[in-house]
Amino acid sequence: MIQPGATDPAAIRNFCIIAHIDHGKSTLADRMLQLTEVVDPRLMRAQYLDRMDIERERGITIKSQAVRMPWKVREGERAGSQAVLNMIDTPGHVDFTYEVSRSLAACEGAVLLVDAAQGIEAQTLANLYLALENNLTIIPVLNKIDLPAAQPDKYAEELAHLIGCEPEDCHRVSGKTGEGVPHLLDEIVRKFPPPVGEADAPARAMIFDSVYDIYRGVVTYVRVIDGRIEARDRIKMMSTGAVHELLELGVISPEPVKSKAIGVGEVGYLITGVKDVRQSRVGDTVTINSRPAKQALGGYKDPKPMVYSGLYPLDGSEYPDLREALDKLKLNDAALVYEPESSAALGFGFRCGFLGLLHLEIIRERLEREFNLDLISTAPNVVYRVLMEDGEEVVVTNPSEYPTGKVGEVYEPTVRATVLTPNDFVGAVMELCQGRRGSLRGMDYLSADRVELRYSMPLGEIIFDFFDQLKSRTKGYASLDYEPSGEQAAELVKVDILLQGEPVDAFSAIVHKDKAYQYGTTIAAKLRELIPRQQFEVPIQAAIGSRVIARETIRAIRKDVLAKCYGGDITRKRKLLEKQKEGKKRMKMVGRVEVPQEAFIAALSTSESAGDKGKK
Amino acid sequence: MAAALPEGDPVPSDGALPSPALEGLGERGFGVYIHVPFCASRCGYCDFNTYTASELSFSAGDYVDAVLAEIKLASGILAHPVETVFFGGGTPTLLPTDQLARLLDAVRDTWGLAPGAEVTTEANPESVSPASLKALREHGFTRISLGMQSAAPGVLRILDRQHTPGRAIAAVEEARTAGFKNINLDLIYGTPGESAADFESSLELAIGSGADHVSAYSLIVEDGTRLAARIDRGEIAQPSDDVAADRYLAAEARLSAAGFEWYEVSNWARFEQARCRHNLLYWRGGDWWGFGPGAHSHVGGVRWWNVKHPRTYGQRLASGVSPGHGREILTASERRDEHVMLAMRLASGLPLDEIDVSKVEDGLLDVRGGRATLTLRGRLLADAVIRSLLT
Repeated sequence: MIQPGATDPAAIRNFCIIAHIDHGKSTLADRMLQLTEVVDPRLMRAQYLDRMDIERERGITIKSQAVRMPWKVREGERAGSQAVLNMIDTPGHVDFTYEVSRSLAACEGAVLLVDAAQGIEAQTLANLYLALENNLTIIPVLNKIDLPAAQPDKYAEELAHLIGCEPEDCHRVSGKTGEGVPHLLDEIVRKFPPPVGEADAPARAMIFDSVYDIYRGVVTYVRVIDGRIEARDRIKMMSTGAVHELLELGVISPEPVKSKAIGVGEVGYLITGVKDVRQSRVGDTVTINSRPAKQALGGYKDPKPMVYSGLYPLDGSEYPDLREALDKLKLNDAALVYEPESSAALGFGFRCGFLGLLHLEIIRERLEREFNLDLISTAPNVVYRVLMEDGEEVVVTNPSEYPTGKVGEVYEPTVRATVLTPNDFVGAVMELCQGRRGSLRGMDYLSADRVELRYSMPLGEIIFDFFDQLKSRTKGYASLDYEPSGEQAAELVKVDILLQGEPVDAFSAIVHKDKAYQYGTTIAAKLRELIPRQQFEVPIQAAIGSRVIARETIRAIRKDVLAKCYGGDITRKRKLLEKQKEGKKRMKMVGRVEVPQEAFIAALSTSESAGDKGKK
Repeated sequence: MAAALPEGDPVPSDGALPSPALEGLGERGFGVYIHVPFCASRCGYCDFNTYTASELSFSAGDYVDAVLAEIKLASGILAHPVETVFFGGGTPTLLPTDQLARLLDAVRDTWGLAPGAEVTTEANPESVSPASLKALREHGFTRISLGMQSAAPGVLRILDRQHTPGRAIAAVEEARTAGFKNINLDLIYGTPGESAADFESSLELAIGSGADHVSAYSLIVEDGTRLAARIDRGEIAQPSDDVAADRYLAAEARLSAAGFEWYEVSNWARFEQARCRHNLLYWRGGDWWGFGPGAHSHVGGVRWWNVKHPRTYGQRLASGVSPGHGREILTASERRDEHVMLAMRLASGLPLDEIDVSKVEDGLLDVRGGRATLTLRGRLLADAVIRSLLT
């Protein structure tokens, strides 16, 4: 094996695999680990790298973020030459476009892996475009050619069309049987360019991932662009200027292997003892303190939350536990932001900012599963920029804080959305997108029966059950990807929901004026079903400012008395009364109206889901 | 299957009461309840502690002997003339009249009946005859409470009642002839399938029968009953609270027009002497000893209840042990809660210095003369009013 820190960049190939979930990336990776003999055959198991991820979740081992594999080319003019392949993982979701872009920036090539029975999916396509923007060399690969349902010819056409090559240029492999995989490894060496950098320049390495491990602290994954980092160096984060002692440096192969140094073009990990991934941010440039680079590598961005939601403990006494849990999750999540807020309806909680819906869902799930919290989350909303007539600008992350004065313009975030659909459903998809204020930006036939639709759309429309709608209107065939594309002025209004004239902050929403009525009637009707009848009539109103746009009424309860109360009933009845008194304490009071907590939960739960889930 | 008994503290094997409970015995009134756990057949809505002959290998004689043994046990614990006796069930009149008489005689011999004591038995219309009623009257019974339930044949069928609509009215007439002045008819309203007109005619018949007391209850679907199972299966509609409210208003309108006056949310009487003094004892926090399987008792802030099954009940007493299954010694705050819970349901209501009426929604209480009483709407929301007062 060629030693880390002593490898000729010309022998190095840095690449990633772009694939949709279930398209066979993990199985292909298994074959590569076997062929390159980095895993002892006796220790080999299926989905080797994924298993390490699960273990990592439990805080035991280090993530298999970048695997270094030696490969002796078997065929062709380079036959017999020794190469080092660094396979870099990419996060698998639409919310993490920026993280994906940094992973891609650490590579010179990308294997575009597509299931030969299913064809390309929207998210894969989006990442392919991202790879092309990063000037990566692409090797198109059709996987699962052993399947009876495989249509490699058809999808080879599709891929060729997409990346501008010939159908014959698409490699055909089976991760399952291993067919075509040695050839693919040879091709990776032949086609992907080696990294280029200045070996004598001050060190510059780009952080493409940063993971908190409870035993080791933050583990930072870097790709060296220029110079070299040695195990005894003090490193410096160029965005903050912070200097850290290096405790460990190494490569993953696929278990961590300590090294003396890593040089130009190499990929490795650094451990400095910092405890918070915010001190070691994805996209930042690492240099050496004793001889720092003058200029950071480009492309660093602060993670910016796109979607906000209020998280409240069901049991108000768990508020400190929620705070502690968020503090812990934050160590491993540079994109998570939160600040305390209180709601008249829900009590004390946190307004949390997320990269997107999936990010929200992941955090919520982890809070519930790992920290044993029962939570209510308010309907997610995007960030609005409100320009008041007096020129003041207000950034609204919580609809109930929408300014009340004279509002001039309101801006909402927009996305570039890509939908891939069988052409039978083009009409249904267009109808859905138009209904969500999308404007069509382009349409392409990937093949005779598959269409790519590109829309510009408000993010706020996507986070409200768009993905579920898309799936149901296309029988599950369409796939979706989107990325932020800026903002637009829109005619937005804040709809308040009032119970007996009292606004319920948790239900306020900012919606397009054409949708205000629909939102108001839907929530009002839901609440009418969910709130038990009270001793008096309770009007439920939806209002824009003082203008009521929808109304429902919960009729007063007429009978609340047990007819019989004789000698033998008294103890039972008193115990029931004691129970009801306890129940009453758990009711949330909105003015005089008693609202059971379950009503809030049910009214706030929408069926929205978070786009294509999981990793590719 | 009867509703489960509450959990509680154990009852001492001799049935003894803590001495504070016995202080002031008689100042709160003293009554006797005797539970007769037998029915000819089981009604589908009923969750009372009662058994049909086929469910029980336990004779009427065994049962009476056991109750007599419990009376003997009680005689060693407390002593006071008895002001009210109430035979409930079950169907007490399924017992031969001489057996009922043996029980009443034992009460009389043990503690004595106070002058003008009220002695009531419940009865099903089909379980009495002119002769049995005459015998009851002669043995000292003063009041009879008949389970009429409804005048509508379809409703009686859903309730599994065995009598025909006219039978209850005829039984009232027979009771009057036998010399009973105080006669109650029980009505059930809100049974699925019952129309407003059905209930109107039930009320009309009850009023015209000559009974001086009417109890009207909304049908309650108790868990575990056959009725509950039929509703679960969708054979019968779920009773509606709004319909029950309409029926209650109809009852109040009809009965008050006919000269009846409500004195408890489910009870109306033609005049003050017609009110059930035994039930008023319950509602005013009085003392009573409940005999028989599953019977509940209350003396001076101690509530206890007997084991449910007649056989266990008999075995306990045969071996000289109290049949008490469990008891609770009420705290001061529990006694106050019960006081508000029970007294608020009465037309006499509560004095203003005992409650904070500002906790109650407008329109549910009538506040005058230093007392608060339920308005008509308040009677329909009595539980909500009580919750407000106690929260």
